[in-house]
Amino acid sequence: MTTQFPVTSGSPLSDGETRPTEQPLLEIRDLAVSFTTAAGEVKAVRGADLTVYPGQSVAIVGESGSGKSTLAHAIIDLLPGTGKVTGGSIQFDGRELVGLDRSEIEHLRGRDIGLVPQDPMSNLNPVWRIGTQIEEALKANGFQGGRRERKERVSGLLAEAGLPDAERRARQYPHEFSGGMRQRSLIAIGLAARPKLLIADEPTSALDVTVQRQILDHLEVLTRELGTAVLFITHDLGLAAERAEHLVVMFKGRVVESGPARQILADPQHPYTQRLVSSAPSLASRRIQVAHEQGEQSGELLARHADQEATRVPDVVVTRNLTKVFQIRGARPGSSVDFTAVDDVSFSLKRGTTLALVGESGSGKSTAANMVLGLLEPTSGTVEFDGVDVSTLGTKELFAFRRRIQPVFQNPYGSLDPMFSIYRSIEEPLRLHGVGNKKQREARVRELLDMVSLPQSAMRRFPNELSGGQRQRIAIARALALKPEVIVLDEAVSALDVLVQAQILELLGDLQDELGLSYLFITHDLAVVRQIADSVVVMQNGKVVEHAPTDEVFDNPREQYTRDLLAAIPGARLEGAELAG
Amino acid sequence: MPENRYAPVPRPGQEHFTAPVDEGGLGAVDAVSTSEAPSSFWRESWGEMRRRPMFWVAAAIILLVVVVAAFPGLFTSLGPRQCTLAQSLAGPQPGHPFGFDFQGCDIYSRTMYGARASVLVGVLATAMVIVFGTTIGAVAGYYGGWFDTILSRLTDIFFAVPIVLAAIVVMSVTTNRTSFSVAFVLALFGWTSIARITRGTVLSVKNNEFVTAARSLGMGRGAILVKHVLPNAAAPIIVYATVALGTFIVAEATLSFLGIGLPPNVVSWGGDISKAQNSIRVAPEILFYPAGGLALTVLGFIMMGDVVRDALDPKARKR
Repeated sequence: MTTQFPVTSGSPLSDGETRPTEQPLLEIRDLAVSFTTAAGEVKAVRGADLTVYPGQSVAIVGESGSGKSTLAHAIIDLLPGTGKVTGGSIQFDGRELVGLDRSEIEHLRGRDIGLVPQDPMSNLNPVWRIGTQIEEALKANGFQGGRRERKERVSGLLAEAGLPDAERRARQYPHEFSGGMRQRSLIAIGLAARPKLLIADEPTSALDVTVQRQILDHLEVLTRELGTAVLFITHDLGLAAERAEHLVVMFKGRVVESGPARQILADPQHPYTQRLVSSAPSLASRRIQVAHEQGEQSGELLARHADQEATRVPDVVVTRNLTKVFQIRGARPGSSVDFTAVDDVSFSLKRGTTLALVGESGSGKSTAANMVLGLLEPTSGTVEFDGVDVSTLGTKELFAFRRRIQPVFQNPYGSLDPMFSIYRSIEEPLRLHGVGNKKQREARVRELLDMVSLPQSAMRRFPNELSGGQRQRIAIARALALKPEVIVLDEAVSALDVLVQAQILELLGDLQDELGLSYLFITHDLAVVRQIADSVVVMQNGKVVEHAPTDEVFDNPREQYTRDLLAAIPGARLEGAELAG
Repeated sequence: MPENRYAPVPRPGQEHFTAPVDEGGLGAVDAVSTSEAPSSFWRESWGEMRRRPMFWVAAAIILLVVVVAAFPGLFTSLGPRQCTLAQSLAGPQPGHPFGFDFQGCDIYSRTMYGARASVLVGVLATAMVIVFGTTIGAVAGYYGGWFDTILSRLTDIFFAVPIVLAAIVVMSVTTNRTSFSVAFVLALFGWTSIARITRGTVLSVKNNEFVTAARSLGMGRGAILVKHVLPNAAAPIIVYATVALGTFIVAEATLSFLGIGLPPNVVSWGGDISKAQNSIRVAPEILFYPAGGLALTVLGFIMMGDVVRDALDPKARKR
């Protein structure tokens, strides 16, 4: 590591006047990146400026397609496909990077600029041992020293990345690692040659929140010790504000706002940033939390909860001791092992309210939802809908029951039949259940499109012509077609960008008020829960850990696991004052 | 702890910067295009195919072959069986551009009339294979369980039998040999690939969320298979069928060449190739015309298969 720059992070300057004349480590000026496609040249990044000082952490925030990854990848010339830098300059450590030839850039990669890629599942070679892959990184970056030293260094790096028992871990293969452990290995690779700058491209988006938090904490400590500057790329404004001192907000290939994280959060200037700040779930959740702590009960969202709690409303869905056991393949051929996906789960959903089923991946929340929808047979336990045990229904009654409870799924690309026009997709439930004649059905489809704020002219289109958010609105319209009483939203907003997510959540809230719907909202994102749910069921390993009204869960979590989940929401450590504005 | 990370005053180059509001505005982010015509999967694929010159070449060849097969009389006034032995192996003359074969028949006329047998067998066999293979593959993939086990093993057994070998055995004991029976025998041993392709595609399509959504509407399993799963599994079936048509034509020619395909009284390219080999030393050009017709037809279908695959496979599509 270099000695010519003082390590500044962790030792802040007390005031602004005596700032040493420091040179920026990375200085991007007026950068433009284009991709050549069949349709012509697409400008992915236009006139972007970015400055990173040694040891500093900077975050680029933006939605998918905003050009944030393209900008970062342009630094180390890893642009995919036909992408190329068409203008501007990238100065790294006093050196111009634009126009360097391949060998010079390759020399820089890893050695001076490390990269932690996005997807830990696909970025490790599955047929190589973890240790071999780190060794490879060391060799590529000109590590001097023999085999033994290299092996020792590998163990050292893994231990440093927070993997206990590093020597044994180095001999394991990627499939033996969990997602978090793989991401730690990638961090070890990224930091192997002690780069001056580490680019972390959505390093934890694929991981559960609690794991995400641990890894980011560790990365923060590590880079501070090593004096490495970190360039975060993220879609989560809360995470960015918490982890970086300088923010760069990108939208449609342009930097729309940049500046000190605290200032941007408290006083966003650009309309896009303002919308982003107000709709980021992690921040909104924190804002409600802060308002609550200060004794304010005036927030709209809170007021709605209070109303509904006051009046006695009947339960529409009640599950009792719901259990689902799957048979999975055992160790010996032909043998099978029982796997309990849902274990003795009981909860109740009050009419006209929202119940959130929260848990990390593998907690059994989707399995429970499928049993409520009547798509999976419970191994034991019952689902009662409006006081009637669903398992006792005959074929005809079951068909009638299906009208009353409808699902909306996570993947906006898989939830609509690509061969069906929007009109056919929304009309299908009506036709199947013999509702109205052709003319009435068309009128209903038009009405539903209005309800989800899509133009009626959209009904002749096909799903591939719509964006993810629009498809999700179509899926909601289809679910609403039969005027159901309950809608099961299985991660229905998880795959959407922040602003679209906020839009859909708002739409769901309006529809609930208007139509008196009850929602079973399944999510891994506690931040979203705060905005929409009246009560919360927290699940872990198939079991219910906590079942309480939302405010109670957030203000006064009783279980350690719930507290861990809450603490892991990005932005949880931000101060209230920063958000009050 | 967190505020330690924030510098109180921004450093040079990191001052607060706000871009002027973009000309495009923010409202346009999630708007539906209302001006362009709606584009379905099939319409887009058609648009994709239309742009390829190879599609037009293949289409022209196929159209020509089909017209010749349907109306050979339009292209020649001579019957394929009007033969005068006196003209055996005679060269081209006015009105007889390809010359005469060993029996003194007009080769041009026989080549035109031979197209019908090839195209008929090819189309019939492909149609049967699609019906048979798609049904078995779809049922196996969609219903799963022991249904799948039995049907898949059955497919494996048939797959292990070489199609031409099996057809030789069956055809040699078939007494009434017509275009239909040849096509049937080819289909009997040729459905396995399409069954496997269908099964695989159905397996991947049936896990889509729109299928679960249809289930939770109370739609029956059969209806879901027909309405949602099969239309989404159609693309690879169509691609395979286009290429298979060419290979069935070759298989028919092979059987006819071996003398166990179509009977000798039916004019077919395979039969003519077989006859031409008797005089290959003295008049090799006789072989050229039926073989050329066969090659051109198969080329047309295989080229078409290529174009169709490029258009229907979204991964290969450039946009």
